[in-house]
Amino acid sequence: MALAGAVAAAALLPVAYLLVRAGGGGWSALADTLFLDRTARLLVRSLALAAAVSVASAAIGIALAWLTVRCDLPGRRVWRVVAALPLAVPSYVAAFAFVSNVPTLTGFLPTFAVLTLLSYPYVFLPVAAVLERVDPAMEEAARSLGDGPATAFRRVTLRQVRPAAATGSLLVCLYVLSDFGAVSILRFDSFTRVIYQSYQSSFDRRPAAILGCLLLVFTLGILVAEARTRGRARYYGGSRGAQRRPPLVPLGRWRWVALALPVAVAALALIVPLATTLRWLAESVRADVDMARVGRAGGGTVTASVLGAVVTAVAAVPVALLAARSRSRVAAFIERSAFVGHALPGIVVALSLVFFTVRFMNPLYQRLPVLVFAYVVLFLPLAVSSIYGSALQAPPALDEVARSLGKRPGEVFRTVTAPLLAPGVAAGTALVFLTCLKELPATLLLGPVGFETLATRVWSATQAGAFGDAALPALLLVAVGVVPTWALTRRGRTTVS
Amino acid sequence: MSTHAAAVECLGVSKSFGPVQALQATDLTLATGTLTAVLGPSGCGKTTLLRAIAGFERVDGGTIHVSGQAVAGQGLHLPPERRRVTIVPQEQALFPHLTVAGNVGYGVRRGPERDKAVAAMLELAGLAGLGDRMPHELSGGQQQRVALARALAPQPSVVLLDEPFGSLDAALRDEIRSEVAGVLRASGATSLLVTHDQEEALSMAESVAVMRSGVIVQHGPPQDVYRRPADLWVANFVGRANILAGRADGAGKVECALGVLPLVETIAAGPVDVVIRPEQLQLRVDPSGATVEDRRYFGHDVVVGVHLPGGERLLVRLPSADPLPVGSRVTVSSREPVLAFPAAAR
Repeated sequence: MALAGAVAAAALLPVAYLLVRAGGGGWSALADTLFLDRTARLLVRSLALAAAVSVASAAIGIALAWLTVRCDLPGRRVWRVVAALPLAVPSYVAAFAFVSNVPTLTGFLPTFAVLTLLSYPYVFLPVAAVLERVDPAMEEAARSLGDGPATAFRRVTLRQVRPAAATGSLLVCLYVLSDFGAVSILRFDSFTRVIYQSYQSSFDRRPAAILGCLLLVFTLGILVAEARTRGRARYYGGSRGAQRRPPLVPLGRWRWVALALPVAVAALALIVPLATTLRWLAESVRADVDMARVGRAGGGTVTASVLGAVVTAVAAVPVALLAARSRSRVAAFIERSAFVGHALPGIVVALSLVFFTVRFMNPLYQRLPVLVFAYVVLFLPLAVSSIYGSALQAPPALDEVARSLGKRPGEVFRTVTAPLLAPGVAAGTALVFLTCLKELPATLLLGPVGFETLATRVWSATQAGAFGDAALPALLLVAVGVVPTWALTRRGRTTVS
Repeated sequence: MSTHAAAVECLGVSKSFGPVQALQATDLTLATGTLTAVLGPSGCGKTTLLRAIAGFERVDGGTIHVSGQAVAGQGLHLPPERRRVTIVPQEQALFPHLTVAGNVGYGVRRGPERDKAVAAMLELAGLAGLGDRMPHELSGGQQQRVALARALAPQPSVVLLDEPFGSLDAALRDEIRSEVAGVLRASGATSLLVTHDQEEALSMAESVAVMRSGVIVQHGPPQDVYRRPADLWVANFVGRANILAGRADGAGKVECALGVLPLVETIAAGPVDVVIRPEQLQLRVDPSGATVEDRRYFGHDVVVGVHLPGGERLLVRLPSADPLPVGSRVTVSSREPVLAFPAAAR
């Protein structure tokens, strides 16, 4: 209990300091930044992008879910897996692929397209999971009450999907607001890019802090809105036990037309980045790329990610145990921790840690421990949700039985709790490790001087127009990203709802 | 300290959760080698009592002795692992990562005797040959026996069973109850069963303690609790009872809607509530008598509802061969003397 509180406090402290820092110049300084025309435009641009991507993702996600789960689409099982894979592509890799083919692809529309192609799985996965579980008896009841097949689908089944789709869209919204890779490469001035530029270019870093806080206000606001909608959206649980599979909708001649959607999405989101990367790789092999530098970046990536994963998993254990064992609001909050993670944009966490270390722990500024701590703050929710399932397997009743059988608390932890948590801790560590590999903004801001990871390598090479240098790290990152995506797909089938 | 044979002795134990007083100066003594049931409705404090004996709850007042040793009292709270009190929790709570033998041996001291003790326990619980299985590979009844064997293996002073049959389905429950009672008897252990099911308490235990609002209101052999309930509430809670308003004459008789009936025990003259169990009543065909309103057939017997001319309604349990159809006219009489409580108690 106390441990879990300490972890939570440590995670939130730097962000709290960011608020102090932003307000530090007094109200007038705050107003100077907040009420600039530039800030207003920035706000409108960022929210417009988030809204547009959310709506488009919802449309694509729901359509693909319906086609692959409820229709006799040719090869629908394969398409179901393929449709989730864009999650594996880091946004800066996709952006690199597009911009390196057509350098003029910058601004709103390309950014919108890239982010939509990568984030629609957040809608697709939960909606497909719900569609798979919807009890056909409900649709049959609607039919028996006089609805035609299309009407019954619209009036009954689609209603069941709505909460999952809404939740997924909000997740997309958070993803877009906190994305740094794609917007910075495609030169679209959204919050994260402007914060980074303002941090890099001017001596006075307070505007960056203020904008960071503003972004935080919006992402947290979205989180609260999500909690509200979910509170009322409990109605699609369906019945338990073995269920009949709903019958497939025959598409007839339209099958091949319908197939165009998954094919087009897969081509743009997967084939283009992959083919582009391979093409640049082939060219760079001829152009004699600096393999030693890629090797160093790989080493840096692994070092930082291993440390980040292990520390995060250890910190997550008490939090997950507390969440699993109390029925309080804390537990409910942590169950939604996937959202909390997305609500803290990497750039904001990084910025807050820069301020915090410079002010209070200067010797640690731009040293590895701070970067590792940033990973802990960013990915703690991910680790907690992984361990949470295992923690449910170790209820307090087991501790009590063990105590009554003569074991002291320490022995109980060693012989009962720890073995039961082990699988969740292992999975959480692996998931955090793979996510750390891809992390960009925090690594960029907090990494030691001269320190590179595969992610920062892709980003800086692309910024410099050295596309050949970006190819190999990009390819490695995509290959590695497939694993957590696979895990997420499996989770989507069972628990995301 | 006392040297008598009580396995557990609770004296004036009290425990509050905020404003809720779960235990109010509760007294309970368990004789060594017996199975005692604490019977009460949900929320009466029976689980709190069990958790206080086990050491999971710290008591606010009173003392608890286990085998003559004080485990809880003024400034004393022995941790659960030092009380020699084991539990079989509601949902069994088997360790999912250990085999059956690993579960049963968990509380047994490491050493050459351990394997032998585990094997003997498995044998006793009817689990011979299942030692290498994992808990999830067992049936509900087998899991129940593993939980029991695990609790018995360290040879505790007392085994506590916390509503252990609630999670089993009805068809299985009866069989497993008698198995568990058999294993407990064979092991010679002292045990305490907490339950809200009066049938379970009466059929399994050698002694039944009825609990209400944190207080033990009656403690005795099952037949006493059923036939001589301490008050009207116990009469109603333990088994079915017909209650009729009546007037005692102070000389061993009571007058009520069934006429003048002899009392089991003389009480002071005045208004009383007469308690009659459904199986104490009998019916005789009588065209001018009460009316049979409904009948529920249970196979082994039949319960009929009878509407008396005065408006009272009685339940009567009859052998199922009795062919009285709904609408029959009957007179109702008692086979034996009845119990009564002063009416003010209501």
